[in-house]
Amino acid sequence: MRALVLAAALALVATLAPAVQPDEVLADPALESRAREISQGLRCLVCRNENIDDSNAELARDLRLLVRERLTAGDSDTEVVDFITDRYGEYVLLKPTTGGANWLLWGAGPLMLVLGLGIGALFVRRRSQGAASREDALSPEEEQRLQALLKE
Amino acid sequence: MLAELGHFTLILAFAVSLVQATVPLIGAHRRAPGWMAVAEPAANAQFLLVAFSFGALTYAFVTSDFSLSLVTANSHSLKPMLYKVTGVWGNHEGSMLLWVLIVTLFGAAVSWFGGNLPATLKARVLAVQSMIGAAFLAFLLFTSNPFLRLAVPPMDGQDLNPLLQDPGLAFHPPFLYLGYVGLSMSFSFAVAALIEGRVDAAWGRWVRPWTLAAWIFLTIGIALGSWWAYYELGWGGFWFWDPVENASFMPWLVAAALLHSAIVVEKRESLKAWTVLLAIVAFGFSLIGAFITRSGIITSVHAFANDPERGVFLLLILAVFMGGALILFAVRAEAMSSRGVFSMVSRESGLVLNNVLLCVAAFVVFVGTIWPLVAELAFDRKLSVGAPFFNLAFTPFMVALGLVLPFGAMLPWKRARLGRVSRTLVPGAVLALAVLALAWAIQSGRTVLGPFGMALGAWLVAGAAVDLWSRSGRGGDRFGRLRRLPRADWGKAVAHAGLGVAMIGISAMLAWQQEDIRVVQIGDSVELAGYTITLDAVNRVEGPNYISTTGAVTLSRNGHEIGQLRPEKRFYPVARMPTTEAAIDNGFLRDIYVVIGDPQDGGGWAMRSYYKPLANWIWGGTILMALGGALSLSDRRFRVAAGSRKTVAEGVPAE
Repeated sequence: MRALVLAAALALVATLAPAVQPDEVLADPALESRAREISQGLRCLVCRNENIDDSNAELARDLRLLVRERLTAGDSDTEVVDFITDRYGEYVLLKPTTGGANWLLWGAGPLMLVLGLGIGALFVRRRSQGAASREDALSPEEEQRLQALLKE
Repeated sequence: MLAELGHFTLILAFAVSLVQATVPLIGAHRRAPGWMAVAEPAANAQFLLVAFSFGALTYAFVTSDFSLSLVTANSHSLKPMLYKVTGVWGNHEGSMLLWVLIVTLFGAAVSWFGGNLPATLKARVLAVQSMIGAAFLAFLLFTSNPFLRLAVPPMDGQDLNPLLQDPGLAFHPPFLYLGYVGLSMSFSFAVAALIEGRVDAAWGRWVRPWTLAAWIFLTIGIALGSWWAYYELGWGGFWFWDPVENASFMPWLVAAALLHSAIVVEKRESLKAWTVLLAIVAFGFSLIGAFITRSGIITSVHAFANDPERGVFLLLILAVFMGGALILFAVRAEAMSSRGVFSMVSRESGLVLNNVLLCVAAFVVFVGTIWPLVAELAFDRKLSVGAPFFNLAFTPFMVALGLVLPFGAMLPWKRARLGRVSRTLVPGAVLALAVLALAWAIQSGRTVLGPFGMALGAWLVAGAAVDLWSRSGRGGDRFGRLRRLPRADWGKAVAHAGLGVAMIGISAMLAWQQEDIRVVQIGDSVELAGYTITLDAVNRVEGPNYISTTGAVTLSRNGHEIGQLRPEKRFYPVARMPTTEAAIDNGFLRDIYVVIGDPQDGGGWAMRSYYKPLANWIWGGTILMALGGALSLSDRRFRVAAGSRKTVAEGVPAE
């Protein structure tokens, strides 16, 4: 039984390849670093939110090899990415495009910042101009409460 | 038998929670002391009942009672004892029970430490907290019963996911939940204050320690998770912008904002409505986190087993609590007009800026996390939003925060002069620029990110030091006065410096990491960043419930041996899953990180080695942040306030 488990284990271990393998690495370091850069922006389609550079999946390895193949063939970085996006759809891009409704995604932060700073500035301005005497006076309820407390 | 008892006490706890959610609320409305007094014993009873239930489940895991379907699915008799215990929360049902346990723990804690709260506020806080408890108890009992029996118990279990069998991850969930659920306390205080119709400085002082505690726990929980990812996932990444990570990060950011705005309420009675809103929203993000993790609507690496029914239930909880609280807020917002007057340049306005930056940053993370869902539902586009987006869209806010933080931290309340503060900060700026120049000079032709991040971190650390020093007055025994400064001052400086240290670590690691991937024959060496890494041997080792391929690696520098590393590849036969156990030589200035890969056809082994500069600073920084929070929490004003009412109640004359 134990031998069987061990055999099964070894068989499985042998098929699992974690991330970039030595045999994938390109001889040209400049090309290889470009390949790594591109890989980090591409999603492994069968994984959950992993890029192909980190992924252990077989498909990710295929994609890594494809990226390197295109690079060696002389494609530019954008050409490689376009090539892969044409085949697998924009789902493969970890950095979404700015096209179409995606402007909302990219614009959300800056727009919210402008809005937040605007509201914040208005609030601070009002605070700084507010008539100090009126603000420091007690409200009617507080006046009542004070009277009640004094009576006790 | 014990399991049935555990199930039964859970049902009892649900009944108690319903009583506690209603009776004290009515009592507070009618000013009936007897009705309000129900809250405290009920909170304690609820906690004890759930604790018993949790104990029963733990006992089932420890004794490997495979007649429980949950134990069968998540445990194994050969599993080490530590992981039998932590296996209790390594699954959906058990973790939900832990969640409920913590909800009731916080409720009970209010009855233990809330001696100085006004009776009506305390009754209302406990009632609201119990509503949350009731909702989650119902969720547990109706959709995720952890005590289901199996008709035919198997001989052995299916084992816990091997990735979870690790000390870092074993304690990651409890801390995270203490944080998530701790925010329920701020929520309860906010809603109780809205019902009460009063938000004042005292409220700010009461709500702040709870928020601070929740934030500390969240910080530790997130740090543990990221540390685990660093050494376990096999390539030394520490943050992936995964939806589940984001789910914990958003409440952290909002809680940090809340922490700061509550100071303004406490000290200056301003920003009241905003603080109440933040308290509500912070817990809302906790609920969204629970929803994201458990509904499976956004898939991620470490989501639990997903189930649409549970998702709908959680969405319902989210809708009821957020909807209810926000409607209440809209109705009562008028009662919370701010009072304090302050000028454009003041501590108050600095904290407003802090809140804007933190909240917008949280909003960016939120939009990025749900965008794939929105795009698919509304625009019929299947797309991904990953790390490259977040790095680009989120980082600027943190940079801005880091730049203005030392100024804001030193501005006096009400009215400040920027010139004076700037002059005090000159040494900090000089140090930061020196770091920038030095880092620039050392590195050759790479991104500007590294030097700039280092400078920003140095600026934060120096700013915190300058802040403390300037508080120690002028002349005489400055060090003595420094030591006697309130703990809150020290806490603030330590936490802010911690942020700086973490920023230094993150930017150094991202900018100057080096890696080497190659096939290594036994006896061969790899040269990396001045270190020599030699693979001496590869052995097979049998662990308690796994089989390991262990490399024996010698790390040396200039011919001197520094250490022995044991990178492992483990295989867990029961779960049929491999894991990598990286071997790391930790250092103050760098980590050497070695991973052993597969045997190659032509002989030799795939080996990956990484040089990770300042890696430990990332977690050192987060520990400092948590430590700063703890220091602040132990400040005299929170402790004294907690005991002050007792003297009054006993009729001792005031001094």
